Amino acid sequence: MVHAPTNRELLTEPACSHNPAAKGGSAKKGCAQKAKPGDAQGGCAFDGALITLVPITDVAHLVHGPIACGGHSWGTRGSLSSGPQHYRHGFTTDLNEHDIIFGAETKLRQAIEAIARDHRPKAIFVYATCVTALIGEDLDSVCKQAAQALALPVIPVHSAGFRGSKNFGNRLGGQALLDHVIGTSQAPRQAGPSINIIGEYNIAGEVWAVEPLLEALGIRVQARITGDGRYEAIAAAHQADLNVVICSKALLNVARTMEERYGIPFIEASFYGSANVSQCLRQIVDHLVDSKLADLSLIDRSEALIATHTALMGSQLEPYRQRLAGKRIVLYTGGVKSWSIIAAAADLGMKVVATSIKKSTADDKARIEELLGPDGVLIEKGGAAEILDVIARTGADMLIAGGRNQYTALKARIPFLDINQERHHAYAGYEGIVALAREIDEAMHSPVWEQVRRPAPWEQEP
Amino acid sequence: MTSTKPASTAAPPRQALAVDTFKHSPALGAALALLGVKGSVPLLHGAQGCTAAAKVVLVKHFREAIPLATTAMDEVSTVLGGDANIIEAIATLYGKSKPKLIGLCSTALTETRGDDLEGAVCRLRQQHPDLAELPIAVIHSPDFMGGLQEGFAAAVGSLLETFASPGPTIPGQITVLANACLAPGDGQELKDLLEAFGYQPLLVPDLSDSLDGRLSEAPSPLAQGGISVEQLRLVGRSEQVIVIGESLAAVGARLAERCHCSLTSIPQLMSLEAVDGFIHQLSRWSGRPVPERYRRQRRQVLDALLDTHFYFGNKRVALALEGDLLQGMVAFLQACGAKVQTALTPQIGDLALLGESCDGAHLLVASSQAAALAQSKGIPLYRLGFPITDRLGQGLRVSIGYAGLLRQLIELGNILLEQELAHPVHPGG
Repeated sequence: MVHAPTNRELLTEPACSHNPAAKGGSAKKGCAQKAKPGDAQGGCAFDGALITLVPITDVAHLVHGPIACGGHSWGTRGSLSSGPQHYRHGFTTDLNEHDIIFGAETKLRQAIEAIARDHRPKAIFVYATCVTALIGEDLDSVCKQAAQALALPVIPVHSAGFRGSKNFGNRLGGQALLDHVIGTSQAPRQAGPSINIIGEYNIAGEVWAVEPLLEALGIRVQARITGDGRYEAIAAAHQADLNVVICSKALLNVARTMEERYGIPFIEASFYGSANVSQCLRQIVDHLVDSKLADLSLIDRSEALIATHTALMGSQLEPYRQRLAGKRIVLYTGGVKSWSIIAAAADLGMKVVATSIKKSTADDKARIEELLGPDGVLIEKGGAAEILDVIARTGADMLIAGGRNQYTALKARIPFLDINQERHHAYAGYEGIVALAREIDEAMHSPVWEQVRRPAPWEQEP
Repeated sequence: MTSTKPASTAAPPRQALAVDTFKHSPALGAALALLGVKGSVPLLHGAQGCTAAAKVVLVKHFREAIPLATTAMDEVSTVLGGDANIIEAIATLYGKSKPKLIGLCSTALTETRGDDLEGAVCRLRQQHPDLAELPIAVIHSPDFMGGLQEGFAAAVGSLLETFASPGPTIPGQITVLANACLAPGDGQELKDLLEAFGYQPLLVPDLSDSLDGRLSEAPSPLAQGGISVEQLRLVGRSEQVIVIGESLAAVGARLAERCHCSLTSIPQLMSLEAVDGFIHQLSRWSGRPVPERYRRQRRQVLDALLDTHFYFGNKRVALALEGDLLQGMVAFLQACGAKVQTALTPQIGDLALLGESCDGAHLLVASSQAAALAQSKGIPLYRLGFPITDRLGQGLRVSIGYAGLLRQLIELGNILLEQELAHPVHPGG
C-alpha cells in the first residue's frame, strides 16, 4: 500500500521557500498553520484538493461525504475544458445518518461502480472528507479493490477538510497525483522537447493564451497539471523534459518529487505581465538548449516570437495606457500573484501602491519591495477593514483582489476587479494583458462611480 | 492491475450515488435564516471549508457581502473536542464587531464527533463574564438532517425557543414565520400587505431588511437589517402567528403551544386561490375592507391569466425544487393550465434524474445548477430556488402575492410564447 504522507511531512516541503529549513532554519518547524476560530477566512484542505484536481477534465470526481462537501461547489469552478466534461458533474455519496453510524464503504463501492458504468470516465478520484476520516472509512482499500474489479484507476485523495487550509489541500491534491497517477503510463514517449505545466488551472481559458506560444516554438506540453488536464497525459508526465511551475508554492512538492524520481528539473514562472511571460519563455528555451534538447536556433526563434508579440501587445495597449497611466491600485491576492500582477500593472503604466504579503515567501517579498519602491504599503494581514483603510490612506483608484473581497470594495463605492479563480476573463500571456487593460479601464471609468458617490440632491442642502 | 469484468453485472442501487445534486447543506440554510436577524453573525462549528463553501454560494446568489464565521476545526480539535474553538471564536467575534446575536450552527463533522454546543456556550459564559448577556442561539444543523429548508427551519425554531416568551397580547402585532423559499422581495411584499390592513408585522426571519441589496452608508461585518433580538422576544405575543410553508409547521406549532398564540398555517402564496384566501382572512381578522390597491392588482392578475393561458395550456413542466417551493410552484402552474411532468425534491432525486425524466418537457424549473442540463436538453430553464448565480436581482425578486403572480405569469408566459414562435406546433406534432 502506498504510504499516505502525514501533515508534518507535507508541511515541510524542502523546495518551498516558505519552509525555514530550506533557508537553514529548523528542519522540524515546517509551515506553521493555525487558523484562528472566529477570524479565519478561506477554504479547507478538501476545498484545496478539489481546486487542484477537478480541472482534470476526463475523470469523475466523487466526494465521499455529507452534502455540504459535494453539494455546494460542483460545476462552479472557472477551469475550462477543450473537450471532456466529466469534471463538471458533481458526484457524491451524500452520507446520511445511517451511513455515518454503520459505515459507508459499501455505499462508496456501489457509487464507484455506478459512475464507471454510467459515465465511463478515464479514472475516478475519490475524496475523503472530515466525516469519513473521522469514522475511519478505509478509502485506500475500497479504491484499490474497485480499481481491480473495474480495471479503471480509482484514486483516493486524503483530503479531510480539518487537515488544514486550502493551500495545504492543493498540496494534498498534488500528493495524490504523485502517489497514484504520475509515472503509471506505459505509453511510448512522443518525439520532441516537452514540458509539463504545473499549478495552472486554465481559469477562463488562460492556458490557451500561452500554449500557442510554446507550439510556435515546437515545444510540446506533455501534461497540464491540471488546467484542461487529461488523465493519461498526467500519468505520462514523467516523460517530460522540464516542469514549469506557475504561480504556485503549493504544488512545488510535485515538481520537487518529480525531480528526485525522474530527474526532471523545474523552474518557477508566471504567465502574468509581458516581462514575466517573456522571461518564462526564455527560461524554457534556455533549458532546452542547454540540455541539448533543442538547437541554438531556438533562441533566435523565441526572441523573434517575443518581439512580435510584445510589439503587437504594445500597440493594442496604447489607447488604454493613455487612460490608465498613473492610476493607483491596491492589490490583495496571494503569493506569487502579488508580484506577478505588479509586473502586469507596469505594462499599463499603473502603479501598485499597496499589496498583500500574507501568503508571500521571503523571495516574493523581496521582489515586491523592489517593484513597489520605498512608498509601497505591504499589507500583512487581511480583513475588509484593513483593505479599506489602506485604500483610503493611499488614495488608490481601484482594488484588484479575489472575488471574496468584491463587495468590500463595491459597498465602499470603490472600483474592483476580480483576479481569482471564478472570474470570466483570461489575463495570462500577451493577449491577457490586453484583456486585463480593457477590464480595468471598464471598471475604473464606468459612469456609475460618479453617480453612486454623489449624494441625493436633498442631502446636499444645508 | 488485473483486467477483469466489472465485479457486479447487476445494476448497483442508484441511491448510493448522487449526481449533480441540488441539495444544499442545512448549515447553509440555518445561516441564511440567521442573516434575517439584525446585527447577527452565523458561526458554523466545523472545518473552515464548511463556512467558506456556504459563504461563496450565498455571496454569488445575493451579490452581497455575507457575514459568516467559522470555528475552524483542525485535526487536534477534531480529536480532542471543539469546545475551546467555540469559545475562542465567539470571544473573537465579540471583540471584533460586537454582534447583537451569534447563531452557533453545528455541521456534520461536529455532530458526528458529538460536540456539546449548549455546554460550550455555558462554559463560555462562565469564562467570559462580559459575554454573559450576549444573545447566542444554538442550532443543530448537521448535513444528514436534510437540506437547506430543514436547516433554515431548525434556525427559526432555535430563535423562537431561545428568545420568544409568552406574555400579554400586543394589539395589532402579527408574527409571520417566513420559510426558506421566501426571497427578500417576498418578505417586503408580505410586510406591505400586512401593513395595508393596519398590522405591525414581525417576520421571523426578516431577510427583506438585510439581503434586499441596497447600498448603505457604512459597510458592516454584521447582518445589516432584519428583525432585532428585542423584537424576537415579542413574537409570541402577537394577535396571530402565521406560518408560511410546511417546513415551518412543526416550529410554528411549538411556538403556539408554548406562548398560547393563535396559529394559522399557509402552505404557499403562489397561486391565486391561496393569495385570495390569505387576503380574505386578513380582511376578516382586521375588520377592514381589502384596500383598493390590491383589488386593482387582482384584476391585473385576472387579465394576465387570460392573456397568458394560451401559452401555458397543456405545456409539460419538469421541476426540481425544495419541498415548500415545489408545492407553491406546482399549484401555480396547474392553475395556469400547465401539466407537471416531473416534480423532484432533493430528497427524491438529483439533477441527473431530472435529466432522465424531462424529455419532451417544454420547461424546466430549477436553480442555476440546472443551466447546463437545460442547455444540453434544449429546454428553457426558469430559474427558481437556490442558488441563482447567473441572473441578477435575487434580493428584489417577488414570487408571492398578486405582485408575484403577475411577475411569474408574465416571465413564464414570455418564455413559453417565445418557444411557440420559434417552434410552431404542427397539428398532430
